[in-house]
Amino acid sequence: MKILIPIKRVNDYNVKVRPNQANTDVDLNNVKMAINPFCEIAVEEAIKLKEAGKADEIVVVTIGDDKHQEQLRTALALGADRAILVKTDESLEPLTVAKVLVKVYEKENPNLVIMGKVGIDGDHNQTGQMFGALTGLPQATFASELEVNGNAIEVTREIDGGLETLSTELPAVVTTDLRLNEPRYASLPNIMKAKRKPLEEINIGDLGIDTTSKISTLKVESPPERQEGVKVETVDALVDKLRNEAKVI
Amino acid sequence: MKTLVVAEHNNSELSAATLSVVEAAKKLGKDIDILVAGNSASTVVDQAKSVEGVSQVLSFNDARFANEIAEDLAECIVSVADDYCYFLASSSTTGKNNLPRAAALMDLQQVSEVIEIIDDKTFKKPIYAGSCIATVKSDQEKNVLTIRTTAFDKSALGVGSAEVVEKTVPDTASRKAQFVKNELTVSDRPELTSADIVISGGRGMQNAENFALLEGIATKLNAAVGASRAAVDSGFAPNDYQVGQTGKSVAPNLYIAVGISGAIQHLAGMKDSKTIVAINKDEEAPIFKVADYGLVADLFEALPDLESKL
Repeated sequence: MKILIPIKRVNDYNVKVRPNQANTDVDLNNVKMAINPFCEIAVEEAIKLKEAGKADEIVVVTIGDDKHQEQLRTALALGADRAILVKTDESLEPLTVAKVLVKVYEKENPNLVIMGKVGIDGDHNQTGQMFGALTGLPQATFASELEVNGNAIEVTREIDGGLETLSTELPAVVTTDLRLNEPRYASLPNIMKAKRKPLEEINIGDLGIDTTSKISTLKVESPPERQEGVKVETVDALVDKLRNEAKVI
Repeated sequence: MKTLVVAEHNNSELSAATLSVVEAAKKLGKDIDILVAGNSASTVVDQAKSVEGVSQVLSFNDARFANEIAEDLAECIVSVADDYCYFLASSSTTGKNNLPRAAALMDLQQVSEVIEIIDDKTFKKPIYAGSCIATVKSDQEKNVLTIRTTAFDKSALGVGSAEVVEKTVPDTASRKAQFVKNELTVSDRPELTSADIVISGGRGMQNAENFALLEGIATKLNAAVGASRAAVDSGFAPNDYQVGQTGKSVAPNLYIAVGISGAIQHLAGMKDSKTIVAINKDEEAPIFKVADYGLVADLFEALPDLESKL
């Protein structure tokens, strides 16, 4: 079985991102970049399947400028076999990303596509579902458990009320939730080995996709600050405030 | 051209989230229809047609909606798309699962988690886990929006009498996943996202057993119990308790944060609450910056004391 893992380069999740001075975008100058945490979980899941003898080949793909090679090399060091960089200097919307991934999917013909449920930058949570729509593949989003049985999968999904389990034959697209697994760290020997693994580059212009944005960002600002309230000294004082001042209990 | 609101329900009751989506839809200034895809969900259809401001209910009644599959629902939305210029659903896990699939079938770029509708093409949404708010403008004639329901009031139920139009579920062109089972959290407490009072525990709770200290207070206040991501990741509480950017957004009248430091990703999910109480022994904890009432105290002393005084 061949697994395709689309990944995204985003800010390190520990970094608090702020608007730039002109309030036109976020300020990512000197911000440490990394693989989106949900994409890292997707990579880990594929590696676990390969280790369990259920997958033969793991291909990672990302879309962006040359700097994106860093994240592909990281995924290769973690255990992916091969990487594809679809080169563009533009920042693409989820629908366009899904269209690019369809082209890669048609070329690679994988049995399973696993991707993060959301990028922690744009917070869209769309690409996997859109990719499913455009390829006509069944989707199982927000996975907290993935079981591969031959040509079928069973996926436990995190939903608002608890858990839901779906099954489907392959090929299919799965998006990851936080509790699917805990990603490993790359070892130094594997980081060295990753440098020799194949990394193919494709120019986005060769894919014949209209990459024009349909949504433009007018302004980026900090959320309104809540006014800091008062400190109370005792539980009695707290109960009194809630009863008689805020009148919420 | 009208606005289509995709209803969320469990085949017996319309979700309160849908009432907030209708309220958001009113700001777009078009006639509003509700799409109900259900399995003999006549009570849901009745509720939907009574929502204030709704013109029509499109009822897709089909056994396959006993448990909704995104592949089917997306096809239903697309089958009626010609009449609509807006497609709205809540940004619950249901809306997040379904609506982008429909958007892509219509070749539309969706705007997720809308918290404010500025005009017919301009919307505000949180990005970077709520660290920033983006104002975005669409160049599309038609738009697909998921609505963060805590940012909008709820339209009234039981006041309107919209026309019901029966629709036939189209054949789903794509292959689709099959429903196997649900394991839903059963609780006597109010649902987290619609509760008037929420009490949440963080890493400071130290273990799952200590969540009982919150349960006692929740019972007295008829509150829902929530948790921070740190508490969920540490195994103290199930994931469906999670409040924050990667969990649920809540905006109750009273939110009590216990042993929660106040990471930005948690604040993103609760800072629209009307009154916020923070109980934490670290007086430097960022949660105090957003709290109306802060109590610097050891939660293991404060919680039993609080419970006894309610």
